[in-house]
Amino acid sequence: MLKFDIFLSALANGLLTGAVYALIALGLTLIYGVLHIINFAHGATLTLAMFAVFVAHQAFGLDPYIAVFILTPLFFVLGYALQRFVITPASHGDDGNILLVTLGISIIIENALLAVFRSDTRSIDVPYGFSVMEIGPLFLSTPKVIAFVATLGVAGLLWLLLARSDTGKAIRAVAKEKTGASLCGIDVAHVYAVTFGIGTACLAIAACLLMPTFLVNPRVGNAFVLVAFTIVVLGGMGSIGGALAGGLIIGVVESLSGLYFGESLGQIGIFLIFLVVLLFRPTGLFGAKA
Amino acid sequence: MKGGLFTSGYGPILIVVAILAVLPFGFSANTTLNFLGFVLIVTLAAQGWNLLAGYGGQFSFGHAAFFGMGAYGIALAQVRFGLNPWLALPLAIALGALTGTILGYLSFRARLRGSYFALVTLAFAEVFRILANASTFTGGAAGVLIPLRIEAANFQFADKRSFYWLALAFVAFALLLTQAIARSRFGAYLVAVRENEDAARALGVDALAVKLKAITLSGGITAAAGSLYAQKFLYIDANLAFGPWISVEALLAPIIGGIGTVFGPLAGAVLLLGLGEITKTFFTWLLGGAVPGIDLVVFGVLLILCVAFAPRGVLGLLWRILPAFRGGRA
Repeated sequence: MLKFDIFLSALANGLLTGAVYALIALGLTLIYGVLHIINFAHGATLTLAMFAVFVAHQAFGLDPYIAVFILTPLFFVLGYALQRFVITPASHGDDGNILLVTLGISIIIENALLAVFRSDTRSIDVPYGFSVMEIGPLFLSTPKVIAFVATLGVAGLLWLLLARSDTGKAIRAVAKEKTGASLCGIDVAHVYAVTFGIGTACLAIAACLLMPTFLVNPRVGNAFVLVAFTIVVLGGMGSIGGALAGGLIIGVVESLSGLYFGESLGQIGIFLIFLVVLLFRPTGLFGAKA
Repeated sequence: MKGGLFTSGYGPILIVVAILAVLPFGFSANTTLNFLGFVLIVTLAAQGWNLLAGYGGQFSFGHAAFFGMGAYGIALAQVRFGLNPWLALPLAIALGALTGTILGYLSFRARLRGSYFALVTLAFAEVFRILANASTFTGGAAGVLIPLRIEAANFQFADKRSFYWLALAFVAFALLLTQAIARSRFGAYLVAVRENEDAARALGVDALAVKLKAITLSGGITAAAGSLYAQKFLYIDANLAFGPWISVEALLAPIIGGIGTVFGPLAGAVLLLGLGEITKTFFTWLLGGAVPGIDLVVFGVLLILCVAFAPRGVLGLLWRILPAFRGGRA
């Protein structure tokens, strides 16, 4: 039964990795759902967050699980400022321009990190980095289990925020009908920036959850950004539940195709899903919105 | 063709090409010639992008897909099938054009526009990159080395100027082609599709056919740039041929030079790569060592500044300041 055990552990690992993918995609899909823009700088911002975790650990000795409480508000402010003071004024409200401006931001972040940190791959050394949990026949990496649970927690909080709070109500109103919302006295520019800030803050959380088990270099965001786009497309653009489900599916697909086709082709499965979904079912598996 | 040489826009092209053609007589430094040759390759790749995105409004983030087809096409035809590179060149260009047609058919049939089209092209380029990196046919991660045999009949020149002039001939052809398209019925349809696809369709423009024709031509032109790249450096691998760098430069040059204009890609490539060299030299001098990526930071800033303040690029700015330079624009 060794074979089944390997399959099972690949499946479990895929689910655990998928949860962090889902968290990254959550930010992207929220921004898309409300602002109707594709944030191309999402991957680079994640890289920036991962380097922030790295620096916090190396320079100040902060554990990632503590740094999360400092970096999350910091990245919220960063996202808010980027959207309000760079993306909106520079793009004149044109979709193509927004894509180009966020591409510009991603080029700047990625290469500024390259200039400062060089292309070396870095990691942080935490005492629990290699600890494992035994669950039934499975041995699971503790930091990954923590990341899984935390992602579900963040998704729950995000849902509560959107469903119950006044800010959430405003965000949903703007997403549905921005002219109407603005007529009701909602400051649309502020809500847009807040949404972008929340999406960016999700990346800080994801970075803190990733760093105990992951490596970082200036190009690492590229690996995540298309994965995140795939999840968002698969789950239906703008759908939070879709992003969660999509993230888990993609995590499992990557893990299983890595197991059966080898590491170098593992990512191919993801891109093929991305292309097939976009070309043949652009509304996503669960999505109603086009 | 109505109008004289200058009112039709062909005059300025001939003048610019003539100036570029005599440049190599002005200096003998090999590094300068190498740099200019590289500028022309990027220009050609960018001219392909500009035709599809600048005139047709279809923003591709993955022109590396075509560039790589041209590069791998000419390299593998020689290494795997023993073809003469001059014979392989048109095949590689055709391969790029065919890739354009297929990619265009798939995405335009699915009615992908704007950001979705950008993402699909990016994903195709990534798929090609991963496949080229993994397949043994394409030499895997080690890449493809084109054997050194310096003969004009073998597309390898002892005199670096010959390569420069050849690349210039391609750029000149693309300039003339762009100008001819801009003045043609097809060009008018293309711009109509860019401005408002639904309205163009309502007026009887076959938008799908127009976009397919544009992406086919675009793929062919950018594939030619990839072929030249492979012959210039005689080595390619997946990251050089299908990597994001060329997708980004093919898009940055026209946007910075002047999107949807005949001279935009050329002006942008000269400015971009020139500025890149200056930045690299400056920071090396300032910090006493090369700083990787610093030139790309400048590119990113330029991209945002152009989108924000110069939507018609540097040429657009010039034309606004110097009305005498008007003309030759779509």
